Amino acid sequence: MIDDKVIDNLANLARISLSAEEKAQYQKDLESILAYVSKIGEASDQDPAKLSYPLTNVWRTDEDSFDPETYSEAILAEAPETKDNYIVVKKILENGGDN
Amino acid sequence: MAEIINLTELDLKSAGEGIKTGRFSARDLATAYLAKIETSNPKLNAYLEVFSDVLDQADLVDQKIKSGELSGPLAGIPIAIKDNILIKGRTVTAASKMLANYQATYDATVIEKLKSAGVIFLGRTNMDEFAMGGSTENSAYGPTKNPHDLDRVAGGSSGGSAGAVAGDLALVALGTDTGGSIRQPASYCGVVGLKPTYGAVSRYGVIAMASSFDQVGPLGKTVADVKAVFSVIKGQDKFDSTSQNSSVTIKIPKTFKIGVPEDFLKEGVDQEVMANFRTTIEKLKSAGHQIVKINLPNFHYALACYYILMTAEVSANLARFDGVRYGLRQDGKDMVEDYFLTRGAGFGKEVKRRIMLGTYVLSSGYYDAYYRRANNLRQLIKSDYLEAFKQVDVIITPTAPTPAFKIGENATDPLKMYLEDIFTVPANLAGVPALAVPTGKNQTGLPLGIQITAPHFGEDLLFSLGRELEA
Repeated sequence: MIDDKVIDNLANLARISLSAEEKAQYQKDLESILAYVSKIGEASDQDPAKLSYPLTNVWRTDEDSFDPETYSEAILAEAPETKDNYIVVKKILENGGDN
Repeated sequence: MAEIINLTELDLKSAGEGIKTGRFSARDLATAYLAKIETSNPKLNAYLEVFSDVLDQADLVDQKIKSGELSGPLAGIPIAIKDNILIKGRTVTAASKMLANYQATYDATVIEKLKSAGVIFLGRTNMDEFAMGGSTENSAYGPTKNPHDLDRVAGGSSGGSAGAVAGDLALVALGTDTGGSIRQPASYCGVVGLKPTYGAVSRYGVIAMASSFDQVGPLGKTVADVKAVFSVIKGQDKFDSTSQNSSVTIKIPKTFKIGVPEDFLKEGVDQEVMANFRTTIEKLKSAGHQIVKINLPNFHYALACYYILMTAEVSANLARFDGVRYGLRQDGKDMVEDYFLTRGAGFGKEVKRRIMLGTYVLSSGYYDAYYRRANNLRQLIKSDYLEAFKQVDVIITPTAPTPAFKIGENATDPLKMYLEDIFTVPANLAGVPALAVPTGKNQTGLPLGIQITAPHFGEDLLFSLGRELEA
């Protein structure tokens, strides 16, 4: 059941502000989409490790680093607000955050 | 004075020969396309931006062709680029308000390769926002119209690229395909579209949607054109650790064993689509190919599986759009409210819907029933393919269950829209390559097409059989 509480919780987790109309719409949409995708519950739930084609993780070592500040100017130019080569955001901790 | 170039008749080979033999220059060709774009794009909305330096690019390429510096098959070829692929110094928006003013700070690897090959970038093409959709109706900048019927969608998400090629607004184009976003619009617009093997083409510099699915691929008027672009953009790239060179030797058989998953084709397919598919099968048979009925027992769950995994990846990938480092920022009372307002205002309806759904399937209490299970199921779907490819060389289905639908027709029912992906998503789940080829039209003149799927790195099988179908 997708109720108001679920929608509010999802919007909160996803950090998205939604209008009342959007909430009502998504409540309806999620119900019907989840009803459809829930059919995977009928399928076999075999452990992929037991298949003949298991997935393996591939790792690589870090290399080819570039000199610091090579791209700083171009990248900072895309930030909404900057100051002295820093990106500006609002203060996170109130009153110095000593508590 | 150059001849008048007939864009409808032109393919990569004839365009390349025209330039090489001096019948026309890259500048002449670019000029012809710009003229066509000027008259047609206001109707089609295939391009979000036509670059202002097209003729300068062409002049430079003409010089390099003259000096012998450039001679490959793509030298001087005008190409359209989907608006989620970065070209340094140019705007790239993923058709979202979130990135309305974003300038790419570097070239995608595919762009670098195309630049070295001497292409002319005409502009960036329309798409569903962040590649989420099957009609370009989710673009923040209005839908692309189908050149065969302006009341209908061009498909999506690479609808602008497909519409541009079909309407002669570009000779070839790049798109991206996460669940069918190259093949479905190619089918709706009557052009050829390739979703390469996962990892065959670098995604470095491509705006991510669902990273275990996304692939870049070409759209063109012919299989040969698509093949030529693919051979330039493919290959391992140190900036994309999922990319690799093919280690497979493909032998092209004289006659193909072609698998048809009859059970999978039973429901919800338009009658004319099915009739066209049957005609294609008869053609293939009379050309000497062998049709084999195959069983893909888990394909029935493929679409459900895809919409769980893809939305989960979308919700993670799009977390980066928070109004801090790039893109839109909406100011709130504190930093957290900045996030909420920015994402609420910057993302469109479908993007928010998918983020919400992806958040749900990953959230505590539901992860096990949805995300974990879908991941296991994905491996079973891959196994279905690998088992089938022990019996057959390729598999064919229609590309889409219907021809292009009317603009607005599916807009109120997201599930109905998702069902258009039913034949295309399995290839993305398994990472195998698939090619959409036009195979005729319905009674009202809308293009229909079939999809050929091959084993991993079996693109040459697709090109070989695809060429027979377009003949």
